[in-house]
Amino acid sequence: MSASHAANVAHPTKSLSVNPLKSSAPLGAAMAYLGVADSIPLFHGSQGCTAFALVLMVRHYKESIPIQTTAMNEVSTILGCADHVEEALLNLKARVKPRLIGICSTALVETRGEDMKGDLALVRERRKDELAGTKVVLASTPDFSGALEEGWSKAVTAMIDELVERPAVRTTRLKHVNILAGVHQTPADVGQIRDLVESFGLTPVILPDISGSLAGVVPDGWVPTSYGGVTLEEIAAMGASRLTIAIGEHMRAPAARLADLTGVPIEVLDRITGLSSVDRLVNLLSEISGQPVPARIRRRRDELVDVMLDAHFHLGGKRLAIAAEPDLLYALSATLGELGAETVVALTTGSSSPSLVKVPGPVAVGDLGDLERLAGEREADLFVTHSHGRQASERLGLPLMRAGFPIFDRLGAQHRLLAGYEGTRNLFIETANIFLAEHHAPTPAALAPLLTSTEDAHDHAPAQAH
Amino acid sequence: MALKDKIADVFNEPGCDKNQAKSEKARKKGCSKPLVPGAAAGGCAFDGAKIALQPITDVAHLVHGPLACEGNGWDNRHAASSGPTLYRLGMTTDLSELDIVMGEGEKKLYRAVKEIASRYAPPAIFVYQTCVTALIGDDIEAVCKHASEKLGLPVIPVNAPGFAGSKNLGNKLAGETLLDYVIGTMEPEHEPGPTDINILGEYNLSGELWQVKPLFEALGIRIHACISGDARYREVASAHRASVNMMVCSAALINLARKMQERWDIPFFEGSFYGIADTSDALRQTARLLVSRGAPDDLVERTELLISREEARAWARIEPYRKRLAGKRVLLYTGGVKSWSVVSALQEIGMEIVGTSVRKSTEEDKARIETIMDDPHMYDAIPPRDMYRMLKDCEADIMLSGGRTQFIALKAKVPWLDINQERHFAYAGYDGMVELVRQLALAIHNPVWGHVRAPAPWDGEGRVSLAPPLRGEGQGEWQRQSRSQSAQPSEPLAAAPRVNPLPAPEAEARGEQDQPSRASKRRFAGHEAQDLGEC
Repeated sequence: MSASHAANVAHPTKSLSVNPLKSSAPLGAAMAYLGVADSIPLFHGSQGCTAFALVLMVRHYKESIPIQTTAMNEVSTILGCADHVEEALLNLKARVKPRLIGICSTALVETRGEDMKGDLALVRERRKDELAGTKVVLASTPDFSGALEEGWSKAVTAMIDELVERPAVRTTRLKHVNILAGVHQTPADVGQIRDLVESFGLTPVILPDISGSLAGVVPDGWVPTSYGGVTLEEIAAMGASRLTIAIGEHMRAPAARLADLTGVPIEVLDRITGLSSVDRLVNLLSEISGQPVPARIRRRRDELVDVMLDAHFHLGGKRLAIAAEPDLLYALSATLGELGAETVVALTTGSSSPSLVKVPGPVAVGDLGDLERLAGEREADLFVTHSHGRQASERLGLPLMRAGFPIFDRLGAQHRLLAGYEGTRNLFIETANIFLAEHHAPTPAALAPLLTSTEDAHDHAPAQAH
Repeated sequence: MALKDKIADVFNEPGCDKNQAKSEKARKKGCSKPLVPGAAAGGCAFDGAKIALQPITDVAHLVHGPLACEGNGWDNRHAASSGPTLYRLGMTTDLSELDIVMGEGEKKLYRAVKEIASRYAPPAIFVYQTCVTALIGDDIEAVCKHASEKLGLPVIPVNAPGFAGSKNLGNKLAGETLLDYVIGTMEPEHEPGPTDINILGEYNLSGELWQVKPLFEALGIRIHACISGDARYREVASAHRASVNMMVCSAALINLARKMQERWDIPFFEGSFYGIADTSDALRQTARLLVSRGAPDDLVERTELLISREEARAWARIEPYRKRLAGKRVLLYTGGVKSWSVVSALQEIGMEIVGTSVRKSTEEDKARIETIMDDPHMYDAIPPRDMYRMLKDCEADIMLSGGRTQFIALKAKVPWLDINQERHFAYAGYDGMVELVRQLALAIHNPVWGHVRAPAPWDGEGRVSLAPPLRGEGQGEWQRQSRSQSAQPSEPLAAAPRVNPLPAPEAEARGEQDQPSRASKRRFAGHEAQDLGEC
């Protein structure tokens, strides 16, 4: 992780984390690999590392999740891990026949510290025949560094390094646009991006494309790998695309790597939720396609504007306590801020993302224990975080809007749309409806004009004198 | 004792018949099968230890390690509490790269323990070792000892790092932890009586303990400590004062049961609360052992009275489901006790068990399956691909298993019921069996199966079949309209609704409720979709 900290981010040193906000980096990497067709992620660690991640993903996506483990034990950890990697690759190849095996390292093997890249190169060479037809990618994702964003981003970079072809003579496919989707995009978001791009007559190459694999598929037969996603051939040809659009700051590094390797220009969109942000994406697509904005999309924009008019009554002045990874935190706080909601608590998982500077209000690295405490202190009206926020929500009696990963106590996490005009519309409607549902009928006591002594103590002065 | 010796000790378990059947040499190797890289499944030792101890509700559980061990797995089981909620907080030292490189682990751990003590004032703190902290040599035993002295409360090291082995080994190491640091360290709140028992290996998932506790109480039997479902620290710490131990989950805590017998002379038996006969048997054995330990003789008789009353009541409530479930075939894919304990009840109401898995079962478990099933199909592990094929080929009407295999059944479009830890219903005792049967009937007869098994009404290229499917009688109006229009091209479109009155309400209702009618099935020839409705 970069040592640079965004200026507005507090990073308190704590010994105890209560109710973690983070999910681990290898889990993020595994999700990214699952966005590739016929792939299987392989955790390089003890079998528990895989089991915990697997269970969590199954609970979120309500899908069978193919993840395997190198099953390190005490002895192999001490003596060296290369044999376990080799054996795992051969076993997977024989049993599952994937086209891609995506290795995610864990804290266990990274703490021991060994030359995994070198070992893997030797295995690839030695087992050339056995592994023919299967690509192997390695991302270094120790659990002690970063969270989902870091793992996802590193896995995408690793795939770009390993899988994108670099022909001597560069040809450009004018209709092809690379989309590097972020870990905060749901399968529905990715589907929305695809529709948008296609509506301009362009062909999107989406990496990773979890809309094909994790959106809910009922295949005709048993599939031991990912159900779908971007193909290896499409990834190989990414160097010939017209442009790369990266979504979220955590996708800047993979986009830059792709540009370095192939010369494809990049455009990083910090978010694609919120009226003006979606406008930017739509403008960009119109510009590169030379096509006017289709009527269907213009209608969606009109609907969004109308919903904003209706919803601002309910969001204006509301106090939000949001905990999410940096790019999602930024997208949610900035978008809801556009209707006058104020983010009074903003907690995140790491301090180095440039997105954090743009979050309206101070940000701190923290956990859900901090979220609960600060939401109480700052009199928040609404929690916005993943399902583990339910404890804080119950204790403080504040509503919780679920966002991020994991969402295990509600159905439809994969179908939740937050991107584009429709996604923004959904977000405003959902948030406003929470406040509408919380609305209490007026009572004489609540509206009594004269102060009693107890109310006196609670009465707080306006934040700023005018 | 060093971890290595501890593991050897746990593996050499005289109470385990599997272990005792081995040669001296084989016994030395331990009972953990080596895991195959690229083909392993299941939790680690840390996971197992946490599962066994986390249900102690009033203590803090602190995981010493990098994020994933706690961050990816906290608050994920439905172990219910009747009071304290401290156990549900996910606490971790969340070690960073810097902490590891600088060797800050032990100091950070101590500070974390101190913070928990002052912020939550729990009766005890459990500290869990993980792979990374074990690898870098953090001595959690020393830190815990120091913290206990400084802070004046029990700080208990749970030394079961993930790479030590399987979940099952972790269960046993948790049992060792209780023996070494907890049980026998306090006296009970109430004067111990002649009918106090402990239940070992019951975690109160979905509140199952509360389905059986009243049965014991009705007999005047007090559950002194449940280890560890809905437990309080003091109950566990004074568990040595109970008269009898019941061991529920056969393989998990046998070392604890046996060593409590050795140390405090508490007899134990193995039983189960799954199934009617097994629940009765558990009550019967408890009563018998308690009488042998000095409880009043009439306990046995009173127990028989309760059993006959409750069994009759349970069967009476199950009876209405017999017609709907008789002849239905069940594939049981679970482990240990559950592989046989629900079998008899399901057979009793006429269901057929087409197979049961014995992956985690002991020889005794297997022997019981032999005796209760006519033609027992015992599976070890079924590879997902084969399981999918079995279900797709309709070799079973329903699968009962854990969350891991859920999607194999669902993707094969076969009913499935969760009987492992993530289930939302409580299936213990007499009431639990009635609930299980009710859920079975609901799952098998849910109308969803007919709907989802029908293929989409088009082929691989999206071409719809010429005879429109999925259309009830009296529909297809637009075609008649088109025909009438082409016959009378001059008639204005607006006139169309006049000649096509709306369908009668009863026809509409029928269209919604019915499985697609015979007529539509005929039209949809080739697919025979609805024949799959009940396989």
